[in-house]
Amino acid sequence: MSESFSSLMAPPSTWEEFTEGLWKRNPVFVMVLGMCPTLAVTVSAINSLSMGIATTFVLAASCFLVSVMRKMIPKEVRIATYIVIIATFVTVTDYAIQAISLDLYEALGAYIQLIVANCLVLGRAEAHAARTPPVAATMNAIGMGLGFTLSLVMIGGVREILGAGAFFGIPLFGEHFQPWVVMVLPPGGFFVMAGWLLLFSILRRRAQMKADAQSAEADALKTSGACHGA
Amino acid sequence: MARESLAQILLTTILSGNFVLAMFLGMCPFLGVTHSVAVAFPLGLATTFVIIIASLSAYLLNWVLGLAHLEFLRLICYIVVIASAVQLVEMYVKKHYPPLFRALGIYLPLITTNCAVLGVALFQTARDYDFMQSLTFAIGGGVGFTLALTLLASVRERVELADVPEAVQGTVLVLMLAGVLSLAFMGFAGLGG
Repeated sequence: MSESFSSLMAPPSTWEEFTEGLWKRNPVFVMVLGMCPTLAVTVSAINSLSMGIATTFVLAASCFLVSVMRKMIPKEVRIATYIVIIATFVTVTDYAIQAISLDLYEALGAYIQLIVANCLVLGRAEAHAARTPPVAATMNAIGMGLGFTLSLVMIGGVREILGAGAFFGIPLFGEHFQPWVVMVLPPGGFFVMAGWLLLFSILRRRAQMKADAQSAEADALKTSGACHGA
Repeated sequence: MARESLAQILLTTILSGNFVLAMFLGMCPFLGVTHSVAVAFPLGLATTFVIIIASLSAYLLNWVLGLAHLEFLRLICYIVVIASAVQLVEMYVKKHYPPLFRALGIYLPLITTNCAVLGVALFQTARDYDFMQSLTFAIGGGVGFTLALTLLASVRERVELADVPEAVQGTVLVLMLAGVLSLAFMGFAGLGG
């Protein structure tokens, strides 16, 4: 169905492919994909950033490979093939992070390997990379990954500022600051995420109401004009 | 790591270290299928079954891979085994409970990418659990998952009748409810040490 739909539209340019995931179809705030790492590792901004970069790498690499091999993979075993491709890149990332920074590796723990089970990666491979040429698929994946990173840092930053009084490890407030500990504990993840979504939904509603008011005004003008005409 | 007793592991995974509410594993079904208890509870049971199978096979696989010094293949092997187990459950449910199969929809095959399942396998490896500990961990995790799903689903059924401001409806409301539930489960902290 979506095949025929996309064939009706002009194919999006590479730049559009890239920016799609950044904000308009942000994987976390709009599509609500990949929630586990989003909530689990965002206790600090630096953890969020590294998790985001790791996911971006896995996403871009696997979308590229899936896209290159899209005509070779039989339809019946495609999900299994995608999973194996993704798992390979996650293993690479896992070992790379272990080699680069052991502290980070311990902070993120099993959640790096859990990128395999991130619905975002499989979702993009299946929904986009499997029917797009390599360059466009990779650009889209990088955009999605950066959008994912952005939202992770937005959540992680708020949680770190409120829960530890710091941002990227730099203390922001004086030493008399009483940290709001619950923000770095599990419930904080749910609340901060809910808070961001609430903010966006309120902003969207206000924009919608403004647009409605304008169109209603235009309608009123038109009808009154019509009355005069009659 | 100090040896934990089986009772300790069971209590921790069900309550204070609940998979969903404390470790954020398996968020997709948690947010996606908890609109009614009638769907959430069976999905919890199906996931529990897959978790237990995954845990047992992960234990076996880890042992075999350790013998062959192929630890770097661990993740790939785990995920393939889990995918096959899910396929099995899917075929069983489709044959014996067709209405349930339709109600669960996409979320049944998605158990494959449920972090809770892979998480059990990875955490038990990381924590060096022996066979009985792994099994207890898996059972506790599954029960905890089902509990969290059922609790959230029953809360959502109640809230359906409430007058909720329009801006808060949808995912925001579910996340807030989950936060409150998670807050409640924090009260169990320290239980089972």
